[in-house]
Amino acid sequence: MTSEPRIRVTGLRKTFGSHRVLDGLDVDVREGEAVALLGANGAGKTTLLKILATLVRPTSGTAIVAGHDCAKDAERVRHEIGLVAHASYVYEDLTALENLRFWTTLAGLRPSAAALASALGSVELDRAADERVRTFSAGMKRRLSLARFVLARPQVLLLDEPFAGLDQRAKKWLEEHLASFKARGGAILMATHSFGRELAVADRIAILAGGAIALDTPRGALSADDVQRLYDLHTEDAP
Amino acid sequence: MTRTLGWLALAGLVAGLVMAFGIAPRELTQGNVQRIMYIHVPAVWVAYLGFLVACGASIAYLFTRRTDADQLAHAVVEVGLVFLGLNIASGSIWGKPTWGTWWTWDARITSVSIVFLIYLGYLLLRQAVDDRERAARYAAVVAIIAAPNIFLVHQSVNWWRTLHQPASLLKAGGATMPVILWVGIVVNFIGFGLLAAYFVARRAALLHREAQAAG
Amino acid sequence: MFQFAVGPDRERLAGTLPGLLWLGFILSGLLGLGRTFVVERENDCWEGLLLAPGDKSAIYLGKLAGNVLLMLVVEVLLIVLFTIFFDIDLSPAIPALAIVVVLGTIGLASVGTLFAAMTAGVRARELLFPVLLLPVQVPVLLATVKATEAGLAGEPLAAYAHWLQLLAAADVIYLVAGVLTFEFILEP
Repeated sequence: MTSEPRIRVTGLRKTFGSHRVLDGLDVDVREGEAVALLGANGAGKTTLLKILATLVRPTSGTAIVAGHDCAKDAERVRHEIGLVAHASYVYEDLTALENLRFWTTLAGLRPSAAALASALGSVELDRAADERVRTFSAGMKRRLSLARFVLARPQVLLLDEPFAGLDQRAKKWLEEHLASFKARGGAILMATHSFGRELAVADRIAILAGGAIALDTPRGALSADDVQRLYDLHTEDAP
Repeated sequence: MTRTLGWLALAGLVAGLVMAFGIAPRELTQGNVQRIMYIHVPAVWVAYLGFLVACGASIAYLFTRRTDADQLAHAVVEVGLVFLGLNIASGSIWGKPTWGTWWTWDARITSVSIVFLIYLGYLLLRQAVDDRERAARYAAVVAIIAAPNIFLVHQSVNWWRTLHQPASLLKAGGATMPVILWVGIVVNFIGFGLLAAYFVARRAALLHREAQAAG
Repeated sequence: MFQFAVGPDRERLAGTLPGLLWLGFILSGLLGLGRTFVVERENDCWEGLLLAPGDKSAIYLGKLAGNVLLMLVVEVLLIVLFTIFFDIDLSPAIPALAIVVVLGTIGLASVGTLFAAMTAGVRARELLFPVLLLPVQVPVLLATVKATEAGLAGEPLAAYAHWLQLLAAADVIYLVAGVLTFEFILEP
């Protein structure tokens, strides 16, 4: 079990109508590892994350998360994952605190008032706890959706542009949070557009082009410029 | 297989016609108009049998996710609606000389029309949902609710208003009709059933090919 | 308005009152039920519900409870308005009316909540939702109107118990079907 990767994707294909988005994609993410997924708009990053999050059914191939098949055993997978998607999954007419309580209760947790308050505190929303989300900025909503995973502690985090819309302080908090998540043995798959500091948390870089992983390499000492060059090299000839 | 079914259906229909117009006697009070019953009654039986099949196929689809179960349900509902339409039309034609009107809010006519609308909704929902797989799931839920609802509709409308002659065949205490009419209706029911099965087989095959073409 | 439509004859009014009452309940119910999952469209909360591990029927029952409660409040208001404007005394019929209203509302809301979930993401939602729901609800509508009629006329319970039984049977069928099938609607 320990040698089994937390995420194992083999031969994954997904077509929408006649449009082929993923075409035989393979990727693994191990315990305590973070993989950054790079790719142009429409390359299929979000589709891959949604398949792993059980929100989209693959056309063929398998996606295993925490030992469970995403298509056949979606319910088990949902217990093990945290998804931060483009949408924030928050109710506009509820307050920050009400949202957090609703979503964590729905996930089967029973957080105490103190735990809720401290989770909001860690994303610096403690002062806005009783304000309606309708008044929040995009960055605040994103922070609120991140607060969920402070409480839920999933094994696998699936992040779609997690740093987008965050200010410097929130970025720093998220980096630290992701680092400690890895240290606890969690696995992270993170789609991103930026080659800068967001990549600091990544152990490997995977470039998605033409519906498959064109390059999968340890980040090692690659600089942002190196990554940019690799990215250009592998995405240019893609359709 | 389908071809054999087609020939069987043809044979059944011919037998039904022979029964209805050749062997069955002319009814005394209603005259030849009564012969419409050999279409009217079997048509609704076939349709309702079809909706039961659609319910079963829909349950099977939700558990197995086999697309052929969904295609079967879809085809059966379409064919069932055709036969239900035949029942309503033949009832209307019969009603003109007998009751003096094409349409009344009689209990049975009303219930059948409501059931017709329910299954029309089933087809509309399928049309309205773009994603095939999602449309199949939603439609299955409607088909599952609609089948027990047929019974509720008939019961409630019956209590609400009764002008129609009491159900001539399935009344408690046995049939009130001569055996020969009864046989005529059953033969026609078998013929119609075979025809419906043939239509369903053809339609399901077409739906299957459509789904393959769409990928 | 109803007064104009029906005319000043109080006898006739008494005869049409149950129908009018339930027409009002259904129209207001349709408005509310159709919007059951509209809040979930903002920020893709729908996907959030989908991602929640555990039994999806809890979400169905929660939404249903909310709808039933809201509809009951509106219905009580409508009844009060009717008694004021038509100057009728409903107090002897209150227990009968309460049973019919509760059973009827559960019937309407149980299918309504289910169908609202299906039509939430559909383009012609406003049209498709009533077209789908109303024919299915005919048994509930007939049973409620007839039972209300009998209840208001002061008939003994035995005279319309068969309608209440039908209503209760419909409620049970719809609720069981809703609980069992909701997870198939709340799927990607």
